[in-house]
Amino acid sequence: MIKVEWLYWLVGAVFLAMAAQMAVDRGNPRRYGSAAFWGLLGASFVYGTWVADKSAPAAPLGVAVLAMICLAGFGFTGRGTPTAAAPEQRSVSAARLGNRLFIPALALPLVALACGTLLKGVHLGGGGPLLLQTGSETLLGLGIGTLVALGLAMLLTRERNPAVALRSGRGLLEAMGWALLLPQLLAVLGSIFQSAGVGTQVGKITTHFLPDGSKYAAVAVYCLGMALFTIIMGNAFAAFPVMTAAIGWPILITQLHGNPGVVLAVGMLAGFCGTLVTPMAANFNLVPAALLELKDQYGPIKAQLPTAGALLVCNIAIMSLFAF
Amino acid sequence: MIVLVGILVVVAGFATRRNPLLVVGAAGVLTGLLGGMSPLKVLDAFGTGFASSRSVTVFAVTLPVIGLLERHGLQEQARTLMNKLARASAGRVLAVYLVLRQLTAAFGLTGLGGPAPAVRPMVVPMAEAAAERRHGTLTDKARERLRSFAASADNVGLFFGEDCFLAVGSILLITGFVNATYHAALEPVQLALWAIPTAVCATLIHGARLLRLDHTLARDLPATGPGQAATADQPTTADRIEETSK
Repeated sequence: MIKVEWLYWLVGAVFLAMAAQMAVDRGNPRRYGSAAFWGLLGASFVYGTWVADKSAPAAPLGVAVLAMICLAGFGFTGRGTPTAAAPEQRSVSAARLGNRLFIPALALPLVALACGTLLKGVHLGGGGPLLLQTGSETLLGLGIGTLVALGLAMLLTRERNPAVALRSGRGLLEAMGWALLLPQLLAVLGSIFQSAGVGTQVGKITTHFLPDGSKYAAVAVYCLGMALFTIIMGNAFAAFPVMTAAIGWPILITQLHGNPGVVLAVGMLAGFCGTLVTPMAANFNLVPAALLELKDQYGPIKAQLPTAGALLVCNIAIMSLFAF
Repeated sequence: MIVLVGILVVVAGFATRRNPLLVVGAAGVLTGLLGGMSPLKVLDAFGTGFASSRSVTVFAVTLPVIGLLERHGLQEQARTLMNKLARASAGRVLAVYLVLRQLTAAFGLTGLGGPAPAVRPMVVPMAEAAAERRHGTLTDKARERLRSFAASADNVGLFFGEDCFLAVGSILLITGFVNATYHAALEPVQLALWAIPTAVCATLIHGARLLRLDHTLARDLPATGPGQAATADQPTTADRIEETSK
């Protein structure tokens, strides 16, 4: 059967290959730092296999993570020379290929979805082992979808050399930079908060104010808490582990038997309502104001405020209606 | 109670605009130590946490495909499509953009659009041209309002579209966190489906507000009849905005 660890090795290999390209990119003033950062990330994806099944010590991986934080945090990473095709070339190509360009782009999520729903629980050769590892069907679908889409894209654009795709992807990777790693680090922070008991503490404080056994109050507190924490921290990803450990999991799911899918998905979206109205989420609210040359840097926030409020109410209603 | 210091570190760090990686790293180390872990245990926690949250970063594997397609004009084609679709009033242009942004994000194409590559070079000029055709030259106030709403259409469309896609960072963060911490077996599909009701609400609420923008603009402006079409100002750089974390 296809294992999820194979996908992680593929991701690791992509990072390692891109790191190797970076190391020899003379256009990047910080090429060794960049190569070290992405190389460490690639190696961590592979080494993580043995940490996850507990056959290797986790501490070396922890050291690697802190090293990556320092490399990027203290500015040792940089961007190489852009390898994108010239705008005229892209326009000519767009005119030639037309809407067919969307085929590979749409094939990717559709294959992922098909693997997550249709191929789930399908056995090899009738009664053999499962085709896709249980619990990772969608992730594996993403990997398979990527390979299918890459094949289609190369066929469509008559590109024979996979290194070209890799190089174009590296351009996007460098443009995103260390921000790519932030969600994963926030997940790590969440698990450390959890083992240090932060969520439990916040939970104690909030349940102190919560009427006993009232699920609607608990739903409202979870959603409002997500929005409020997101406004403070500027990031729903950072708020999620704290509020979920405090209320979402122990009260809404364990105690009140809420459907985890509804509770957690809608809880995160309640956090996004907070993102819409906080200047702390600078890249979404302040940067566009600057890009659009607005005199009022809070213009986008003001335009979003009523929508965010209304959607927060919707989220509370959706969770109350469908989770129990 | 002392473990709550970690939250304060995060808040203070984000508030003073420190590098987020450093903020998160420092908060993690500090919380671990204050929570009574030994330094080795803290390293262990970082390592195990990283290994079990690898799924969050898996979407990077799609970058070569997207890069290759962009190299061959994916963005230009999206622009052509947008030009064909959007006609008439400013509010309608923005509403169409909201819906397109939501749909493409729901298919995982979060890189199509964004304030730098789409809103500034395409959406704002089209919306302003439409508004000027209808109401004549725009006042500064009206222009500010229109541009603020253009930025909001992008954010709302992205936020409440992408969670319907399975492999987006936030969905994978949820499954990664819950499955590692509580030993649950939650699948991205279960979460993405439940993002749809909110996505529909977002389309209806924000779409209606965008369509109402035409009335607000008409009220703000003296009815001087059709004016000159706005000249589209092209950006000098189309820097990508970091879109990985919300």
